[in-house]
Amino acid sequence: MIENEKQNYLTHPKGIMSWLLTLDHKRIGLMYLVSGILFFFMGGLLALGMRLELAAPGNDFISNEQYNNIYTLHGAIMIFLFIIPAIPGALGNILLPLMVGAKDVAFPRLNLASFYIYSFGALFALYTIINGGVDTGWTFYTPYSTQSSSNVVPMTLGIFIIGFSSILTGLNFIATVHKMRIPGLTWYKLPLFVWALYGTSLVQITATPVLAITMVLLMLERFLGIGIFDPALGGDPVLYQHFFWFYSHPAVYIMILPAFGIISEIIPVHSRKKIWGYKFIAYSTLSIAFIGFLVWGHHMFTSGQSVFSQIVFSFITYFVGIPTGVKIFSWILTMYKGQVSFTPPMIYALSFLFLFTIGGLTGIFLGAVALDIHLHDTYFVVAHFHYVMQGGTIVAFLGGLHHWWPKSFGTMYNQTIANICAFGVFLGFNGTFFPQFLLGLRGMPRRYATYSDQFVELHSYSTFWSGILGFSIFFAIVNLFWSFVKKNKVDPGSNPWGGMSLEWTHTSSPPHPHNFETDPVFEHGPYDYDKVIVEKTYKK
Amino acid sequence: MFDWLTEFFFPKQVSTFASDIDNLFYFIFYSSLVLFLIVVIGMVYLSIRYRARKDEPLRLTSSKDHSNLLESLFFIIPLILVSITFVWGIRSYLKMVIVPDDAIEIKVTGVSWFWTFDYPDGGQTLNELVVPSNTPVKLVLSSKDVLHSFFIPVMRSKMDCLPNRYNVMWFDATKEGVYDIFCTEYCGTGHSAMGAQVIVMKPAQYEEWASELGADDDSIPLDELGARLYTQKACNTCHTQDGSALVGPSFLQTSQMYEQERVFDDGTSTVIDDNYVRSSILEPQTQIVAGYQGVMPTYQGLLNDRELDALIAYIKSLNGDSQI
Repeated sequence: MIENEKQNYLTHPKGIMSWLLTLDHKRIGLMYLVSGILFFFMGGLLALGMRLELAAPGNDFISNEQYNNIYTLHGAIMIFLFIIPAIPGALGNILLPLMVGAKDVAFPRLNLASFYIYSFGALFALYTIINGGVDTGWTFYTPYSTQSSSNVVPMTLGIFIIGFSSILTGLNFIATVHKMRIPGLTWYKLPLFVWALYGTSLVQITATPVLAITMVLLMLERFLGIGIFDPALGGDPVLYQHFFWFYSHPAVYIMILPAFGIISEIIPVHSRKKIWGYKFIAYSTLSIAFIGFLVWGHHMFTSGQSVFSQIVFSFITYFVGIPTGVKIFSWILTMYKGQVSFTPPMIYALSFLFLFTIGGLTGIFLGAVALDIHLHDTYFVVAHFHYVMQGGTIVAFLGGLHHWWPKSFGTMYNQTIANICAFGVFLGFNGTFFPQFLLGLRGMPRRYATYSDQFVELHSYSTFWSGILGFSIFFAIVNLFWSFVKKNKVDPGSNPWGGMSLEWTHTSSPPHPHNFETDPVFEHGPYDYDKVIVEKTYKK
Repeated sequence: MFDWLTEFFFPKQVSTFASDIDNLFYFIFYSSLVLFLIVVIGMVYLSIRYRARKDEPLRLTSSKDHSNLLESLFFIIPLILVSITFVWGIRSYLKMVIVPDDAIEIKVTGVSWFWTFDYPDGGQTLNELVVPSNTPVKLVLSSKDVLHSFFIPVMRSKMDCLPNRYNVMWFDATKEGVYDIFCTEYCGTGHSAMGAQVIVMKPAQYEEWASELGADDDSIPLDELGARLYTQKACNTCHTQDGSALVGPSFLQTSQMYEQERVFDDGTSTVIDDNYVRSSILEPQTQIVAGYQGVMPTYQGLLNDRELDALIAYIKSLNGDSQI
């Protein structure tokens, strides 16, 4: 597969316009990656600011208003500008066409449009920050959000616009998976990351419109005074919560399903072993995506909804837990009788298993209505969703970046530094968020700028470790991009981990502008480590 | 026997259903711990046992990718555990929603950023909920403005306060004492200061307290009464007495500026006197001090004339105190 080194999508064609008007899914993916990581750093700095304020009780660093702005922006940026758009947008865009053997996604122009819609929406978010922030929490609960004098409208407008980008990307991916697979690549031969993106896309196109409508209603209420959610105008704030969580619970699966897909790739490749329970993982992705639509009420256990609703929502919530649990066991059993290498992606995958298991199990506590009433809106919930969102999604995202980095960009990072950073992320993360479970159990409410003395010890402990977490993530990402600066190139035909899916076996690193030199022929499944030996090649 | 553990994880158990909820927690906790250890030990064991040795050639690995026995176990054991959790969660929950008929009813109102409590025999307290022990107490909750949520950790109970409908919660306190109340639904600048206390008294003591409630504090000098009201009526949530600005201007500043001009955000100004202070308490939205947000709720109906006089006297006394 070794051919002219200069013919790759990064260097050909050249010029700024060839990037701004590119229809190449890989370039669009790279632009998503860079903007996503910038927002990730921005959200991370805000988080460190919050932890600094919470290191001790009282307002010693920032005022209540500033704290409320910071925590709102942290949540909104991380969720709406980084996790939801950036992971499918970056890794999904770069890899999906390669994995199905296509030259590009089904609608390349639509793909570029998605990126520009995302950027346009992001401008509103940046405007919000420059113009003094927004202080409602990322949930925008009414009637506070209809009465707040902060920038609720620019922020919700930004989220509304970014929603379209999500919908169009989802549509594009679904069409690509259905129509662009090469002959012989049947559904059950697809890499599981493709299944995960397919499930994610289904949720994106079905759930996002509900969020868009909710945001429009909120803006109508503010502009025209139509009473929908504000009781002062005759509306109902609980209706807002139903609308909001009808999107935002499925959105949790938009965030976590791609992570499941990444882990389903990393573990078999780095264990050189056929994945355990392929069909189960594939179908559970779809069933989790579906059940995710039926459990939104568990965010509202203290809102005063009827006892019957509480029982039903608690019951259905556990149906998400069971398939997720079986998935975790499948990933672990994949290593059985394999050849496991402790590479940076594998370290991230193993820490994902550790952290996501804690995140999932603490969800069981919150699903039990009687216990949730004590834990609702306390730090227990904060710790729980960070274990899922950061310990799960972001750790998997970092693992995926390390896994596909040499493939996507043709350079290899320093693996020792990458491993040290992976350990730092793991330790820093647990140090930051594990104490928060205890804080929540002891009654510390969330979204507090100050707190009483009984919580000092755990809060300062959490702040200390958050610094280590921040440094580790920062250096992990710098280490990746440093490989560009050092020009530590891998061979164009290299396959450093011995991957078996099409992106490893049939394209060069970095890939050709048209992905494949010749039409790829399907030869073996993505996990056929029991049938074919694919050599690990890195440098000559 | 698990007392030290309960102390470690939870605040005290004060309501009748607290121990049941804590036990549900321990059930889930130990089941989760077992599942978690299986995951971690399995993960560590398999990854080390099957690690690629140095210079080991790549080989075809096992094609084993399913085991009916193991998969059934992974399905059935968690299913049994979550079924128990679900049923336990619902049974305990029903105990928390079915209010005993003989419960005394107290009206709780959340206002940004304090709580008021109206008692069945008349009388009202602010940020201090007084209840008798070993008696069911029913709270009827609502809000005057945005959403709030009323959380008493020691009772393991919490309920949102909505501006347009009433929610109900109840508890039966088993131990006398003073315990924290928090607001757990974000409600703006003063959210983290919107705390209160529940004071659990012996029933006889409560009766005595309730009969005295609302009686005039005529015997106390005005400025001392004002000093007491400063915390009781939650002025301290937003106004300091040491000159530093919080959500609102410090009382000390107001005190030092007595007989001087104060500028408002619409450019007008007025001389600070007793009438200004009185109207700032009763109609806080009419004149907003420049540099601050007009977020203070009205105290109309929450303070009687003597209490207003007391607060005015107290504010005036601050200046003198600081000069000593």
